[in-house]
Amino acid sequence: MGRIAEAMARAESEDRAALIIYLCGGDPSLAATPALIQAAAEGGADIVELGVPFSDPTADGPAIQKASERALAGGATMAGLLAVVEQVRAAGCEVPILLFGYYNPILAMGEAALCERAAKAGVDGLLVVDLPLEEAPPLREQSAHAGLDWVPLVAPTTGLDRAEAIGATATGFVYSVSMTGVTGSAATNLASAADRAAELAKATGQRIAVGFGIREAADAAVVAAQAAGVVVGSAVVRTIEREGEDAAPAVRDQVAALAAGCRR
Amino acid sequence: MRETLSLPPGFDPVTGRFGRFGGRFVAETLVPALDELTQAFFQAWSDPKFHAELDLRLRDYVGRETPLYHAERLSEAVGAQVWLKREDLAHTGAHKVNNTVGQVLLAKRMGKTRVIAETGAGQHGVATATACALFGLPCEVFMGAEDVRRQAPNVKRMELLGAKVHAVQSGSRTLKDAMNEALRDWVTNVETTYYCVGSAAGPHPYPLIVRELQAVVGREAREQCLAQHGKLPDAVLACVGGGSNAIGIFAGFLLDEVDLVGVEAAGEGLEGKHAAPLNAGKAGVLHGALSYLLQTPDGQIGEAHSISAGLDYPGVGPEHSYLLEKKRARYVAATDAEALAAFQQLTRLEGIIPALESAHAVAACGPVAESLRARGVTDPTLLVCLSGRGDKDLDTALELIGAQDGGAH
Repeated sequence: MGRIAEAMARAESEDRAALIIYLCGGDPSLAATPALIQAAAEGGADIVELGVPFSDPTADGPAIQKASERALAGGATMAGLLAVVEQVRAAGCEVPILLFGYYNPILAMGEAALCERAAKAGVDGLLVVDLPLEEAPPLREQSAHAGLDWVPLVAPTTGLDRAEAIGATATGFVYSVSMTGVTGSAATNLASAADRAAELAKATGQRIAVGFGIREAADAAVVAAQAAGVVVGSAVVRTIEREGEDAAPAVRDQVAALAAGCRR
Repeated sequence: MRETLSLPPGFDPVTGRFGRFGGRFVAETLVPALDELTQAFFQAWSDPKFHAELDLRLRDYVGRETPLYHAERLSEAVGAQVWLKREDLAHTGAHKVNNTVGQVLLAKRMGKTRVIAETGAGQHGVATATACALFGLPCEVFMGAEDVRRQAPNVKRMELLGAKVHAVQSGSRTLKDAMNEALRDWVTNVETTYYCVGSAAGPHPYPLIVRELQAVVGREAREQCLAQHGKLPDAVLACVGGGSNAIGIFAGFLLDEVDLVGVEAAGEGLEGKHAAPLNAGKAGVLHGALSYLLQTPDGQIGEAHSISAGLDYPGVGPEHSYLLEKKRARYVAATDAEALAAFQQLTRLEGIIPALESAHAVAACGPVAESLRARGVTDPTLLVCLSGRGDKDLDTALELIGAQDGGAH
């Protein structure tokens, strides 16, 4: 079992949903990113999604778009982010790290090279937003070969048959998008997203984490009642936007509050 | 005549790829919507009633067929017989309307209640707003803020037609960013909304749908060449941004021994800022498809530049990447300055003001004629897709011409 699956299992055994925190790598700077990953871990994040900034993030709302622009303007690159992971591991931080992003930067480095380098740096798994079931096999194969976990997405528009096929490719967990929309949108109905997580867990036999539209502890609690994991991204990214280079303490506090919401 | 779809060469309907290009690199939320669209398109395309309505609208509303015009004074100037396929005479002033009338008909057939579109020069936005007015559907158009500025007349036209225009402030504030924003809207409103893509680009099935709807240009042109001149041209030229007018006219000649020449925007030159991914890009994934692309070594999308808003795009439709790799078409490029010269040349010699996009194809006539003569073709014949008219470009063009003349205006 990889670190991602272990973290999900540990949360379950402690009767809580795993808390998964998204950070946009390189925002506000590559230098500040290791401290932010550690702050998330100290606050109680079970898994960190490290976002690889992309120039054209079509699945993201304004908060993560702006974070990506800041990161790219500050010189963030795939190689730079892998160095950040190495640094975090060297400092003894063991929080599972899921590399999260769009396909083209991966393609540009080369699928095999990226997987090998990511695994070597201490990355635990991959999640690629614009790589649906049909297009995923080449990267998934390289990912498995390098010993990385694979986390696929299901959407509200995904039928249960298709969700089952997607679930069969997951190692670690399945990410269920709570609504049709981009990241950072206001949640419309988290209770039904939680119901959907239970339905998906049954259909796929996998642990389901729910993301999109979860901002605070009360939101997390609604989802945690039925989902194995809760993902928070834009809300944390907004804190970093506000606090800048010294965001680590604020992020630690915010994550701790969210973690409290994840306890059942 | 085309009640069943004969698939384009190299196209695999299962993967949605032309050779290795194309596919469907989108968020999972959109995959079921693209499946639904694919199914609806194939059903419509095999339904004679759909074709009857489409053909009637194309004839009586769009004004098809558009003429094939022998541009004699231009011919003399470039040293080749130049035949212009006059898409500038289609309703709304460009080929874009061929696609939007078909797609909005499809949207109605699918029971969608809202249409969105991206636009660069504003021609596709105007054409979508027009089709939505015709069929009574609400329309919202995403347009980069920079393009809103340089194509102001088209913004006014869209608004007059009842469309809502969103000025997109992100990124380079041009066509690429307009498409990003349209995709974000679609992912949010996917259940009710039809996304009317304007070029033969984007995820499967859009490159197929748009090329089939634009193929009317090539079908007509081929018949007209034979009827009016008793022969096929030696070469077919069209400008390429996303590449919909080019793929439309190429589609009529793919199986003939005719040179197919796409003309990309070389902007300030291929060494500097340009919009020529087939000449100077690398394969990658943007807006749902694998195709040639301007990008950094780290896989970030490069910023395009062209005098022409409609060509100012870092990617290109996947079938063009396929035709390039198969060597069935070749792709050259014309700079901003060359396009501007051709814009003036066609206006003065033929009394036709072309869109700056189409002026790129006109600019390539001389060099292509020369390459044909070098291959031993005497008095070569060139078929040029005059994809649109230039009224929308007058401000941009006059300003630049004024600057060239030392501020004489």
